[in-house]
Amino acid sequence: MWMTELPPFIPFFLAAALALFTRGHLQSAIMLAAPLLGGLHLWLYVPADIVYSLPILEYQLILMRTDQLSLVFGYIFHIAAFVLVVYTLHLKDTLQHVAGLVYAGSAMGATFAGDLITLFIFWELLAVSSVFLIWANRTTEATQAGIRYLVYQVLSGVLLLAGALIHHHYTGSLAFDFIGLNNPGGWLILLAFGIKCAFPFLHTWLTDAYPASTHTGAAVLSVFTTKVAIYALARGYPGTDILIYIGAIMTCFPIFYAVLENDLRRVLSYSLINQLGFMVCAIGIGTALSLNGAVAHAFAHILYKSLLFMSMGAVMYRVGHVYASDLGGLYKSMPKTTALCIIGAASISAVPLFSGFVAKSLVMTELLQQGQIVVWLMLLFASAGVLHHAGIKVPFFAFYAHDSGLRPKEAPVNMLIGMFITAVLCIAIGVQPQYLYSILPWEMDYWPYDVTHVLAQLQLLMFAALAFVWMEIKGYAPPELHSVNLDAEWFYRRLVPAGVQRSVNFLHMAKVSTLTMLTGNIQRMQNKFGRSPVARYHLSESWPTGSMVFWISIILVVYLLLDIVFYK
Amino acid sequence: MKGHLSLLLVVIPLLAAPVTAALTRARLAWAIAFAVTTACVILAGMQLWAVLNDGIISYELGGWAPPWGIEYRIDELNALVALIISGIAAVTLPYALLSAEQEIPEDKLPLFYSAFLLCFAGLLGITQTGDIFNVFVFLEISSLSSYALISLGQKRQALTSAYQYLIMGTLGATFFLIGVGLIYSVTGTLNMADLAQRLPELTHLKTVHTGFAFIMIGFALKLALFPLHLWLPNAYTYAPTVISVFLAATATKVALYVMLRVLFTVFPEGFVSTTPASELFILSGIAAILSASVYAIYQANVKRLLAYSSVAQIGYMALGIGLASAMGVTAAIIHLFNHALMKGALFMAIGAIIYRVGACRMENIQGLGRQMPWTFGAIVIGGMSLIGVPGTAGFVSKWYLVLAALEQEAWITVAVILLGSLLAVVYMGKIVEALYFRPVEETNVDVKEAPMLLLAPAWVLVIANIYFGLQTEPDRRGG
Repeated sequence: MWMTELPPFIPFFLAAALALFTRGHLQSAIMLAAPLLGGLHLWLYVPADIVYSLPILEYQLILMRTDQLSLVFGYIFHIAAFVLVVYTLHLKDTLQHVAGLVYAGSAMGATFAGDLITLFIFWELLAVSSVFLIWANRTTEATQAGIRYLVYQVLSGVLLLAGALIHHHYTGSLAFDFIGLNNPGGWLILLAFGIKCAFPFLHTWLTDAYPASTHTGAAVLSVFTTKVAIYALARGYPGTDILIYIGAIMTCFPIFYAVLENDLRRVLSYSLINQLGFMVCAIGIGTALSLNGAVAHAFAHILYKSLLFMSMGAVMYRVGHVYASDLGGLYKSMPKTTALCIIGAASISAVPLFSGFVAKSLVMTELLQQGQIVVWLMLLFASAGVLHHAGIKVPFFAFYAHDSGLRPKEAPVNMLIGMFITAVLCIAIGVQPQYLYSILPWEMDYWPYDVTHVLAQLQLLMFAALAFVWMEIKGYAPPELHSVNLDAEWFYRRLVPAGVQRSVNFLHMAKVSTLTMLTGNIQRMQNKFGRSPVARYHLSESWPTGSMVFWISIILVVYLLLDIVFYK
Repeated sequence: MKGHLSLLLVVIPLLAAPVTAALTRARLAWAIAFAVTTACVILAGMQLWAVLNDGIISYELGGWAPPWGIEYRIDELNALVALIISGIAAVTLPYALLSAEQEIPEDKLPLFYSAFLLCFAGLLGITQTGDIFNVFVFLEISSLSSYALISLGQKRQALTSAYQYLIMGTLGATFFLIGVGLIYSVTGTLNMADLAQRLPELTHLKTVHTGFAFIMIGFALKLALFPLHLWLPNAYTYAPTVISVFLAATATKVALYVMLRVLFTVFPEGFVSTTPASELFILSGIAAILSASVYAIYQANVKRLLAYSSVAQIGYMALGIGLASAMGVTAAIIHLFNHALMKGALFMAIGAIIYRVGACRMENIQGLGRQMPWTFGAIVIGGMSLIGVPGTAGFVSKWYLVLAALEQEAWITVAVILLGSLLAVVYMGKIVEALYFRPVEETNVDVKEAPMLLLAPAWVLVIANIYFGLQTEPDRRGG
């Protein structure tokens, strides 16, 4: 029954098609079966050297190409998809279920794509399917955020296609392997990946759209889109220097916004970018250890970030919003969610014995070995910042802080189970990292638990925690307020509309005055011209028959003259 | 049977014409005409198939051996053109059933179909024959009948337009005849293949050059090559819609075919470069694209707008010929084919609107796009093809044309082609804007979608536009 050459996206698409026509328990069973069976199949039966291609016209679409890199991402995507299906089982919204399955399937398709055209197809599918998780909120705000999101994602796809074609022109190959920046196509593709990966200034779709999605949608979105981009970068651009600096900036700048932000899901979105920065930076270094670090980080990150988004989703499901200023004291009635959220927070903060620690250590160690001191310091600062905004701020304001008086019910059982599995995995990876290390694509000999490393990390965490406490007590921490913080979006949501409005007004005035002047002049000229016999003869609606005789004789004469004079 | 294919293709419509003229019942006349055109499509298809498989077909009329007797000589090019003409005629006739009944008085209908068949026979004859004088004969058959057809238009201007076309068309035909006479005077033969053998030794003669000039200019007029296009806007605007469709899609195409035939088969290779012909083609092509497109933008009558757009499109074909390379001629032939598809579709869609509201000035049609979505769709897709949007037929031919121009590093030509597309966006945009974005006129609030019988032929052509836009191998179309 099991074929090794079964492209992993197929179970998901099949399940999506079936979920469309089923309801209730049958639908749940189908949705659970897709990632479970697909994942087991991938884990047990698929070796690392499968290539399956589908000929379309004269072109071979390589639908499946497995190696260690794509397999690791395949595993984690299946795990995450399974957990998320469990987490979303309580929903009675077929639209979201189907969109989620297609979305997860497209991520598999992109991960196992062996050529750029296949990658492009799934790249666009990712965009189109995921936007429904935002629109499913069915509010004006969500609709508009979804459209902005879609514009960015489709732009990324278009750039990818253009880049692929130019790349093909230069290299004659469309294989999705190392791409590099040797030709303009490479730059375009990097830009395409960069949009999906939330590079600085290209990141606004993320912080804009994720908080606008449904309470489960954000958790689903946080897993796939950006990690597919990380995978694509790891395959196409390992060791590209510019990525080190882009990554370093990505780790730092979101921290400030995250600290200011009141919407906790937006805080998590900023921290998502910050985490992506670590991975991008590691890919930029490009050694075996750092690439392993990027992959391990992506693996661990998918788990703890989705865990955090899931816990916030649970709060949102019960309370209806996740504004830090209006929450607090929820631990009294949602103790399980609180505990699970804290596990996620500990993982993202890289507390030893949690998954973040074993993944991040790889990157930090390699940075020091490569002598990238400045970048290392930036990442260190960012690590402290992570603790501040994601590690403490999120659980603190949601579940403790001042008591808001809210006493919502504990999250539904399926949500708790989903979060519980994820939390167990977070701790398991942190305690027993050798299993994660053994499936990483490159050979390495590394163990994170040595004295210096653990001590250094604990010191960092303690002082960061101290800073948070001190700021809260002294009242230096920025107050949590209801506000919409615009970062680079400001350019297109404020500056451009205002600027455009002003320039449109100016242009309109200029147009009106120029037109009046011109039409006046033209009118005068026309009047003068219109009275002349030439105009009456030639510009009237239809020409008199005689003019044709005139033209035909002119042409004949000219032709014959030319023929006689110039051509022998 | 197979041997007589080529003759039957001309003789059947020619004989059917007097039969329909004698009838009194319009529907019966239509049925005969439709049967004839359908038969011709099948015959033309078989003929193309035979040519592709077995090579050139030569048929001796009345058993007289060429070069004394008239010969029908069919190669891939004219087999293709014959198929286009019969195909368009066969698609037009179902359309004619409603459209012509509405626009033409009942008692004139049998005569109308009779003239239609005559014109059809004439056009087919031009493509089939291998005798240059015979071309003139069939040219006159098709022209005279088309004057009659145009004059059947609803408005009084139809009469003047037909008369104007008659004078101008006769002028063109006369030029052609003078040219043929001059060539005959030095070669003593009228058979094209025979001419092709004798002319190489005579190319230094001024008589030959002059004859060539008369033939070219005569057909440039029939082709409506700028600035000899003056008859076309009036004729297309005031003719019955069916005739606009038919003539726009076929008549100028046949003229272009004759031009290609004379240029590249009758006269020896390299002869063109000793004449100013290709320069004149390029010049007038450029002038046609630019000026006719601009004229099109300022037209208030949609049919007239499309007519000017035809003049511009003919400019593209002239450019292709003027480039005088294999690629250029290929582009011209493909564009000939594609233009038949897109203009046919557009005129049919506009005709569907005329059928509903009785007029086609911008203010009459405004807002109707929402009430007639299928018609509107046909106009949009036809327009995209006209503009040359990738995925439509128009893109393919323009692409080849640009490639041909790039091949010779003719940058101005490239720029003009692209600018022409841009102008096409403007004038097609005007139609779309009027149809969709303006409020509908009060008198037209109740207008419904056009009947199936008008929509189906239009959509056949629309789908063909897309099909040939995706099917991009030129050899399938005889290029």
